[in-house]
Amino acid sequence: MKINDVILRTISRFVVFIILTFGVYLFLSGHNTPGGGFIGGLVLASAIVLLYLSTDIETVKKSLPLDFKYVAATGVLLATSTGFGSIIFGVPFMSQTFAYFDLPIFGETELTTVTIFEAGVALTVVGVLVTIILSISEDGG
Amino acid sequence: MNNLIVLPLIIPIMVGVVLVFLRPYVKLQRVISLITMIGIAGISIFILNRVQTHGIIRLDFGGWEPPFGILFVADSFAMLLVLTASIVTAICLIHAFSSIGEKHEKMYFYPFVLFLVAGVNGSFLTGDLFNLFVCFEVMLLASYVLITSGGTKPQLRESIKYVVINVLASWFFLVALAFLYGTVGTLNMAHISERVAEVGQGPLLTTISILFLLVFSLKAGLLLFFWLPGSYSVPPTAVAALFGALLTKVGIYALFRTFTLIFYHEPLISQTLIGIMAGITLIAGCMGAIAFKDIRLIVSYNVLIAIGFIMIGLAIGTETSIAGSIYYVVHDMIAKAMLFLLAGTMIYLTGKSKIDEMSGLIRNYPLFGWMFFLVTCSLAGIPPLSGFVGKILVGQGAIESGSYVLLALAFISSIVVLYSLLRIFLNTIFGETIISLEDEKPMKLGMIIPIVLFGIATVSLGLGAEFISVYVTDAAHTLSNPSVYIDAVMGGNK
Repeated sequence: MKINDVILRTISRFVVFIILTFGVYLFLSGHNTPGGGFIGGLVLASAIVLLYLSTDIETVKKSLPLDFKYVAATGVLLATSTGFGSIIFGVPFMSQTFAYFDLPIFGETELTTVTIFEAGVALTVVGVLVTIILSISEDGG
Repeated sequence: MNNLIVLPLIIPIMVGVVLVFLRPYVKLQRVISLITMIGIAGISIFILNRVQTHGIIRLDFGGWEPPFGILFVADSFAMLLVLTASIVTAICLIHAFSSIGEKHEKMYFYPFVLFLVAGVNGSFLTGDLFNLFVCFEVMLLASYVLITSGGTKPQLRESIKYVVINVLASWFFLVALAFLYGTVGTLNMAHISERVAEVGQGPLLTTISILFLLVFSLKAGLLLFFWLPGSYSVPPTAVAALFGALLTKVGIYALFRTFTLIFYHEPLISQTLIGIMAGITLIAGCMGAIAFKDIRLIVSYNVLIAIGFIMIGLAIGTETSIAGSIYYVVHDMIAKAMLFLLAGTMIYLTGKSKIDEMSGLIRNYPLFGWMFFLVTCSLAGIPPLSGFVGKILVGQGAIESGSYVLLALAFISSIVVLYSLLRIFLNTIFGETIISLEDEKPMKLGMIIPIVLFGIATVSLGLGAEFISVYVTDAAHTLSNPSVYIDAVMGGNK
């Protein structure tokens, strides 16, 4: 039986981009205001799950050829490496640093090592969440 | 320089993640994981010696000074356990190379062993009670995977119990943490200890302490051990050995840390309770060890006897008895891993698990048979093997403080351990051989080498007691004088 999901497909095409943008916004705003890698990652993952729901697994795999287990692993590696980096620079583990740069489009921007750590967290959340949901759906048959 | 003490946590995690990417290359995974564990053992020795010369080392994560930030604290007790855990894991890995099978190795076996080690080491090193919870969870999540991996029916049956009981215990842990934080307003263990000493350990704090006792007892298998024999007897040999050696010891470590550092003001309540629980655990463990015929169950009940014995040291609570317990924890990690490997290898060789179905293994595998005899003597506490010093110190502490009931229980349990293991020895290793020369499975070199390594470890731990006693004495001194630990954590920047 094929479910008639025209409405879901049509809407999700737009909504996915809104969710993705919102996820990135949450991720970037996390430094000084509510948000951050974990929440941003959750929102990003929900966009991917919505894609899976509205189309099917094969289609998404074609356009997004990622093994999400490796995405999660990359995230953990990125997050722990930033912690490890502080060991190399001889400051206490997990130390952070930041500075202000003049970038061409953004103007004066604060760049911090926490963002790299948070990116790792976000990747881990996306990877783990999508892996869990995919493995549940595969077993359900 | 202080960054060194985070390495036992962070290196296994990072290497484990790298191994995820190396999934198809089994040989490479083996080599890397073994090198990692040996490396961590080396680092631990270095830190342990540094603690002796420079005092307790602490590391404030991100430069946030206590009591505001999360921190790692390395004292002799923690480092001794980290060192032993690393050595035991390395040797169990060698056994896994030949016993675990390609199917497990491709299902992320090595990464999860490393994550397990990271959780265990983190639990030993952390100086923050909430961080302890997190490290517990890292360890438990890895153990959930390791216990279910393989997916046989008994494994799944026992792992459901294991997961449910641990999720429940973790929830209790969280509740206890919330109560404690609500009462004293801090999570740094040294700071909690200071605050508890300031306000006095009233009824509320004592209740919270009993809640912690409950949580850690569930994890350590002290009294609340109903889940333990089943779940430790189902996973593959190398995993069972790791579990038997490491997991309950983390619970024991947490009990020692909380009840010597934080809740030491009401010894009448906490130590009496621990004493009663330890006594019952000993008796029940002894009954189980004698009652069953399945070799894996006998071995699992022997874990319980050791837990009861170690906790008697805490219940008595003198510096001597605590030193005895520390010595015995180190010994037990090595001896229990060896015992589990022996039991698993026996089942692999004969294809049977009941002791009355096997016989005469010593004719086919003489070295194996004598190794079993060695571990029997070691666990029973026969000098000069490693169990002896721990038992004598705990006994000495018991006599000093006049706890004769616990003393009697502790030493009767040693005889039961001897009896239950000799029963295995006489039934399976002595006697007429049942395996004809043609049917004899060749003993894999990769299986006997780790067992011999453990054998060497238990002998050298017994003979080198004098050499190790420096560290054990320092660890016991820190545990029985909370101010040493508190000064190291709260006293200024180093």
